[in-house]
Parts: sequence; structure tokens; C-alpha cells
Amino acid sequence: MALQSLDILRRSATTTPPPGVRKGVEVAKLIDVSACIGCKACQVACSEWNDIRAEVGSCVGVYDNPTDLSAQAWTVMRFAEHEEKDRLEWLIRKDGCMHCADPGCLKSCPSPGAIIQYANGIVDFHQENCIGCGYCVTGCPFNVPRISKEDSKAYKCSLCSDRVAVGQEPACVKTCPTGAIQFGSKEDMKDYAATRIADLQRRGYDQAGLYDPQGVGGTHVMYVLHHADRPELYNGLPANPSISPLVSLWKGFAKPLATLALAGVALGSLFHYVTKGPNEVSKEIEDEIEAEDKEATK
Amino acid sequence: MIRDPKDLKRYNASERANHWVVGISFILLALSGLAFFHPAFFPLTQLFGGPVWARILHPYVGVLMALAFLVIFLRFKHLNRMTAADREWLAKAKNMVDGNDHDMPEQGKYNGGQKVMFWALATCMLLMTVSGLAIWRAWFGFDITLVRLGAVVHAAAGAVMIALIMVHVYAAIWVKGTIRAMWYGTVTRAWAKQHHRGWYRQMTGK
Repeated sequence: MALQSLDILRRSATTTPPPGVRKGVEVAKLIDVSACIGCKACQVACSEWNDIRAEVGSCVGVYDNPTDLSAQAWTVMRFAEHEEKDRLEWLIRKDGCMHCADPGCLKSCPSPGAIIQYANGIVDFHQENCIGCGYCVTGCPFNVPRISKEDSKAYKCSLCSDRVAVGQEPACVKTCPTGAIQFGSKEDMKDYAATRIADLQRRGYDQAGLYDPQGVGGTHVMYVLHHADRPELYNGLPANPSISPLVSLWKGFAKPLATLALAGVALGSLFHYVTKGPNEVSKEIEDEIEAEDKEATK
Repeated sequence: MIRDPKDLKRYNASERANHWVVGISFILLALSGLAFFHPAFFPLTQLFGGPVWARILHPYVGVLMALAFLVIFLRFKHLNRMTAADREWLAKAKNMVDGNDHDMPEQGKYNGGQKVMFWALATCMLLMTVSGLAIWRAWFGFDITLVRLGAVVHAAAGAVMIALIMVHVYAAIWVKGTIRAMWYGTVTRAWAKQHHRGWYRQMTGK
């Protein structure tokens, strides 16, 4: 989703500062898993606002529908049945882009301006600049971006950057009937989360806590989890997500290092030629061959 | 074309054509690959009709190069076995680079440096092909860790390969009378006698 802006924090494959005179407030979406009833209204709102329709699937025995994120489904509810202290817990997590402060997708993207991070923390894909290489998928620690089979562009949740830019909350937040999805400044969301966590702890969830993983610099989509000590329970939410060291190596220091090394080889060759001169066939050997030829014709 | 009937035939037409298929595909791959590697090179995608076309075409050109390289590899591998003379040549390679090739040991069709180049390029080509398939999303969908590893290996082996080819091209420019071997197949006897005396003897019986 393209939106001309003056509050760009980072722009993919760009080595000079992007336009960033406007500094916004850091925002966050807070998903209180303990208050989610799994109604999927957020999925519908997302689909409506962004005007995308996932293909109608079939029941695969669980409530997850669609069963996975796709180019047409930027958020999906993931249902997990977990038994604890002889009680069944239905852990429902609204999955989608986490809008990392240190986004692996943006770091990996080779196309200038295909991925933008705004000062408010939103990480947005600009599909018109997307070349369809899938490097964002390689870079993402949360397995979020999806490449469309129709146009080979990468898609994911935009945190409704278009709505947020004009002072509205994301569509999923607007529609959530239980208030499980909240939106505001990141500071406010942390404060609100603290009250929810205190409440949960009072009610026996000792390990309730906020999911704002620091391995990716914190995220602009956060969860309140009843079992913050075991985020994996929530359909494999990673406990300590971070950009893979392989990705850091690939899109980190290898880039300038290899570029300099190649420039070194090219310039080294040139200066070798200039300083040592060409390697010509010696006059001596040419004369020898000539003499042999003369000898032969005698 | 033979300029002098006594020139020595170094490569036949089929070998030359094979070399240039590899060469042209390499140039296309290096230009498009660098564009995806570092933003400084991104404008190179315009040579391919834009970045999306560069992304689409790159892997297919890669398949072409891998196949053409395999043929050239099979053709020349028996000529690139390392020998004691090659190791001696390599030990003295610094003199050669300094422009003093008088006391270099006698070399056959290929010298030690060329043989090292041959095996290094073959290793890179193998790594490039395997890692390239691992990250080719249009056709394959491998495990994410494998894709990440593939991306690193592809970038690293690619950078090494570009550097090796730069050396390969420069060596051909530096050693006068070499490039014609890949254009029309022949070299002068004097060239052969100076740079590849063993091969010269074999070819001329002298």
C-alpha cells in the first residue's frame, strides 16, 4: 500500500536517509489473547477494509479457517487446545505481521522502497516496488509474508497504515467485539497490558505477561499471554525470535565486504597492468621460432 | 581462421562456443545477481527489462550456465589434474605475478594457476547451482533454514566466483596473445613455447 510520507524511518535497499522530518508517536496493536473469543470478526474486518478475499476452503477438523496466512488473508486466528491442571484451555492467537522494530523482511529486501518502516513503527510492503524474490520470507522470524501465486508480489498485514495515517485504528481493532484488540501509542498499550496482566495474575495465571520480544527490538503488535513463559503453546509463537544469524551474515557485513573485495580485485588488476606491464611473448623466443623456420626452409 | 598455418590449435570451435555460452550466461548472472546483492548495483536490473524481469530470468540463465559449465568441466577435467610441476609453479607464482616468468617450471596445456582456477570455479559452480535451486521460489519451497543457508552460500560463492572470473579475464588480457585462443582457437608457437612449453613440445614434437 503506497502512501507518500515524510515519516519514513527505514526504506529497503536504500543506503541514504529516507524522508523523515516528521516524527510520529510509536504505535502498537495489543492483542489480549485472554479476552479473545475466536469469533474471527477481525479476519472479516481485515478482508473488508483491505478488499481481499481468501478462497473459501473446507473444514480440516479445526477451527482455523483459512488454515494459513496468504496473499488474501493477512490475519488468521490460530486455535490451540492445551490441557493444564486438568482443565482445557483454548488458546486462540490472532496471527499476522508483528511489525518488528528490527524487521528481518526489510533487512533482506533487495528492492529499493519495496518495504518501508514508518516512524510510528509500522512496517509496510509497497507492492509496486516488489520484485517477487521472496527474500522477505527468508528474513522474517515469524513466517509472515506470503507471495501471491497470481502476481508474485509479497503481501502481509499493513497494520492498516492507510487508516492509521489519518488517525483511525486498524480495521481489526475497530471491529473486535470483546475489546481483545486494542490500539494506541506503544507506551499506552504497555500500560494497558500491565493492568490486564495484573488482573490475570490475580486470577491464578502467575506467568501472565506481555509478548514484546526484544530479540527483534520489540514489536508493534504485542500479545498479552496467560502463559508468557511458554509462548510456543500459542501455535508455535517463538519464545526468543530474532533475525537469523544467516540472514544477518548475508544482508549484514557480507554486503559491503564482498563489494569492496570485488572492487579491490578489479582495481588491483588494473594497477597490476599499469605497474608491471603486459606479459608479452619475449623477443628471444620469437627469434628462436623464426630461426627454426628459416632452418626448415633451407 | 588460421593466421599462420604453423599456429597451434588450442581450442576447437565447439569448445569455444561452449566457453562463450558459459561466459555470456556468467555475465548476465553476475550483473543481475549483484543487483540483488547490494543496492549500489540495483540499477543493473534495467539491463534485463526491469527488476521483476531480472528476478524471473536470473535462475533460468543460471540453469543454462550450470549445464554449459558441466559440459566444459567434463571436457577439460582430465587436463586439469594437479601434478608436482604444478605445485612447483604455484610455489613460484609470486615471481610470475611480478612479471618475471623466466625461471617458472615447464607447464603443459595448463599451468598450476589455471588448474587452481578450474577447480575453484567448478566448486563455486556446484555451490551456486545447489544453493540457487534452494532459493528458487518460483519452483521450489524448501525448509526456511535451508533457504537461509542457501541465500548465504549463494551470495558468498557468487562473490568469490565473480572475483575468480575477474582474475581469469585479467590474466587473459595480461598475457598477450591469449585471447585469440578463445576467439578463433589458435595461438602462436612462440606464445606456446613461452607459456606452456610442455604443451608446445607435445604439439610440435620439438
